[in-house]
This record gives sequence, C-alpha cells and structure tokens, in this order.
Amino acid sequence: MTTASQQRSASLLWTPAVVVLAAGSVIPLLMTLWFSAQRYNLLTPDLSGFSGFENYRHLLGDPAFWASLRNTLVLVGSVLLVTIVLGVLLAVLFNQDFRGRNFARLLAIAPFFIMPTVSALIWKNLLMHPVYGVFGIVARGVGGTAVDWFADHPMLSIIVILSWEWLPFSLLILLTALQSLDQEQLEAARMDGAGAMARFAWITLPHLSRAVSVIIMMETIFLLAVFAEIFVTTSGGPGTATTNLAYLIYGRALLQFDIGGASAGGVIAIILANIVAALLARTMATQLET
Amino acid sequence: MRTSGAARTSITLLAWAVALLLFFPIAWTILTSFKTESSAIDASEMVHFQPTLASYSEVFERAEYLDFAINSVIVSLGATLLVAILAVPCAYSMAFHPTRSTRGLLLWMLSTKMLPPVGVLMPMYILFRSMDLLDTRVGLSLINTLVNLPLAVWMLFTFFKEIPRDILEAGRMDGAGVTDEIRHLLLPLALPGVASTCLLSLIFCWNEAFWSLTLTSSSAAPLSAFIASFSSPEGLFFAKLSAASTVAFAPILVLGWLGQRRLVRGLTFGAVK
Repeated sequence: MTTASQQRSASLLWTPAVVVLAAGSVIPLLMTLWFSAQRYNLLTPDLSGFSGFENYRHLLGDPAFWASLRNTLVLVGSVLLVTIVLGVLLAVLFNQDFRGRNFARLLAIAPFFIMPTVSALIWKNLLMHPVYGVFGIVARGVGGTAVDWFADHPMLSIIVILSWEWLPFSLLILLTALQSLDQEQLEAARMDGAGAMARFAWITLPHLSRAVSVIIMMETIFLLAVFAEIFVTTSGGPGTATTNLAYLIYGRALLQFDIGGASAGGVIAIILANIVAALLARTMATQLET
Repeated sequence: MRTSGAARTSITLLAWAVALLLFFPIAWTILTSFKTESSAIDASEMVHFQPTLASYSEVFERAEYLDFAINSVIVSLGATLLVAILAVPCAYSMAFHPTRSTRGLLLWMLSTKMLPPVGVLMPMYILFRSMDLLDTRVGLSLINTLVNLPLAVWMLFTFFKEIPRDILEAGRMDGAGVTDEIRHLLLPLALPGVASTCLLSLIFCWNEAFWSLTLTSSSAAPLSAFIASFSSPEGLFFAKLSAASTVAFAPILVLGWLGQRRLVRGLTFGAVK
C-alpha cells in the first residue's frame, strides 16, 4: 500500500461512525418534523392527512403545555442553582487537606453512579414516605410532624432528588478544576494582604468559570430530558404539578397515541434544547483551537 | 498553607459530615436490604435488627430478576463494544489525519447530543415497531450505541490528541499499515483513555432509563426498568426494593469509583482537566 492511499484511507475512517449517527439522528428528526404536520393518531387510523400547524395550534392552546413548560424551567433552574452553589462550596471544602479526604470524596460522589429509577424510588419510599420513611420517623422522634413530601410538595421533592443526583457531578468537575489552580498565585495574593474572601472572589471563582459553564450546559441537556424520576414517583401529578415537557410528550405519545401532537411537542423540545446547544457549541469550539 | 489545629479539626468534621450525608441514602438502602419486610418499616428496628439475607433470596428466587440482570449485562456490553468499534477509528482519523471537515464533524456530533430523546420518541417507536425491534436486546443496544457514540468520539479524540504524533509516524516509516498502527501503537499508548471511555459508556448504558422504559416491556427490559416496577403505590416492599436496588447499583458504583478521576474529562468533553 502506498503512503498516499494509506493517508486517504486513514482520513476516511470517521465515515462509519458518522453514517451511523446521521442515520440514527437525522432520519428520526425529519420524521418528527413530518409527523408534527400530520393528523396522525394510532387510535383513529381513518383520520389522517396533512394538517399544517394544527397540532402546534392545539398544543399552544393547551394549559397543560404551558404548565409543563413552566415546570421544565423551574426544575432545570432550581437544580442548576442548588448544584452549582453547593458544588462550589463543597469543592472548596473537599480541596482542603483533611484526614481521609480521598475516602470522603468517594462517598460524596457516589450518588452520581446510581441509576435514576433506583434513586427516585429509594428517596420516595425509604426516605420521604410520611409513615415509614426515615425523615418522617426522625421528625416525629424530635417531636415534630412528618411531611407528606410527594403529596404536599411534589415539585420540591423531585428537585431534591435531582439535586442529590447531580451535586456529585458538579462537585467532581469543580474539584478537578480547583486542583489546576495556581497555588503560587494564591500565595502571592496572600502575601499582598488579600483576605480569604478576597482571594476566593478574585482568584478562585474566575478560575472556576469555565468549569461552571460546562456544568450548566451539560446539566441542562440532561435536566431538560428528565423522565425516569417523574415516571416512577409522581407520574406527572398531582394534576400537572410535576409534568415536565418530556413527560407531557411521553403521555401524548404512548398513553394517548397522538403521534401528531406528541411530535409537535417534540419539535418544541428540540427548539428549547437547541437554544442551549448554541451556547454549548460556542464554549466547546474554543476547545478545538488548543 | 498554615491552618491552626482547631480550624483543621472543624474542616475534617464538616467535610466528613457532608460526605456521610450525601452517602446516607445509599448506605440506608444497603442497610434496609438486610432487613425483613416487617423490620424495614418498624421505627424501633431502624438500626437494631437481626440481619438477614431473606430479601436477597426472595428477589433472586423470582426467576425474572436474573433475566433482567442478564439483559442489562448484554445490552451494556453489546452497546459499549459497538461504540468502541465505531468510535476508535473515527477518533483516530480525526486526531491524526484531520481534514478541513474534521472540526465541523466534531461539532455536528456534539450537536446530536442536543436532540432531546423525547423529541424523537415517536419516530423511534414507529421505526422499532416496523423493524420488529421493540422489546429486543438488539434494539436497546442500538439505541444505547447512538446515545453514547458522540461522547465516546469526543472523549477518545481528546485522549488521542495528547499522544505524540512522532511515535505513530515512526511506526508508519517502518511500514506499519493503518490497522497495525491502531492496534499495536495507538491502543497500547491510549489504553487508559480507551478504558475510561468504555467505562463511561458502560455506566450510561447500565443506568439508561428513558429508552428502556419506552421501548422495552418484558423480554428485553434491563434492571433500570425492572426497578421501576416497584413504583406501584401498593408495593410497599422496602426490603425487597432495597435488595433489588443494591444488586442493581453495586457493580456500577464500584466501576465508577475506580474510574472517577478520568471520567471528568469525558463528562466535560475534555474542557476541564
């Protein structure tokens, strides 16, 4: 084999992966767009045909859709806020030198590796159950009353579970970022009389900004698509209290078999995710320069 | 850094309190898995109880449990193998033989991660139905491959980028073909990177819930879907839920702990080192 032809074949080795990915993403995407403009319900197969923007008009006129959009944003925003604020504080804490640090770190990041259906169910039953859960038992033990978490604060309960799942993720990434912080710079600032708070605000925080933006974007991708945690705990209820966009579309699709309506919802979910994508691509593009 | 003894003690205490608090739900699940159903819901037996393996044997006796576990193993390993077969050559050519389209392709791959699964739920369901892939291990492996491929290519790309080109070029001079070059030069050098990429893919496949819940029902359902069957309001089987959960998360938790340091790079597409 000549070097030139080898070079050519080597520079084409990306094709299988790209073809598979293109087939698996572009085709379904086009189908979603097509279905969203169709009257298409598996329960009423005789009613079919092009419907233009009918599915969208129907969806936008549905209060449940707006509730799900609001729930999606509340969920993403709250979990981001909790995981980043606590993540920064805990990363600084775990970056200190203390006895058994490596082992404590392993315990703290463990929740990230637990499958979502398990996380949601052990929180709902073992911890938050008003009668048999640990929280209720402890609350009654100290003379308080048990909270019926999923009945009285359904959204808060889901946010707590998701924050527990994602805090280790931000902690792990922020801790890694902290370890590349220039210690000499901190020492120099200290010599110049900068206090601990000033050093944190002017040196540590700016150093973490890139890690934070990566966390925001990665978590947003996953949090926009939260499904399993809602599926096994509240099924979107009570009412539409915990129905996010993903769960709403799932219901339209596989419970009501309204393919047209579900696809219109899918297109809106895609648009929402792409607003985030635009930001992510910009950050990641700088990665390619180095 | 100079820290006084008292400050150091309080940092140690605080950090350990936080770590134990975060780990508590997992520890509690493991503890509950060694209880009987009646002591699992008895407040007086929260900590003092007679440990038993009854819940484990009951979970394992339900013959299906093993089927679910086998589905999880086959789908995770199958999808990860497929991901590796597709992603290694792809990342190799992008890292060592870049062309003008490489950058655009990488960004496009990343952009497919922005496609929310629920946005293509309907087409996938219909395609799977028409190809008889619903509720099959092959189907679930394929969808997991699609989900993890972009991340794997990016992760491998950042690992490969760090390997000095001279070493591969020296091999090329000696007449090594592309396959030899990848197998005997690149893979040994990049082994830790390839291993952690596969590990991340395994973890994501094992824990995957959305497609498992929507595209499988019984014969190909993995553990994450099986655990979801404990969600019925009547099913207050705390001890059995705990035993089934512990078996489901234990292997992946151990793998995650072993690979945690290297996973950061993959999880951030190489942006944080």
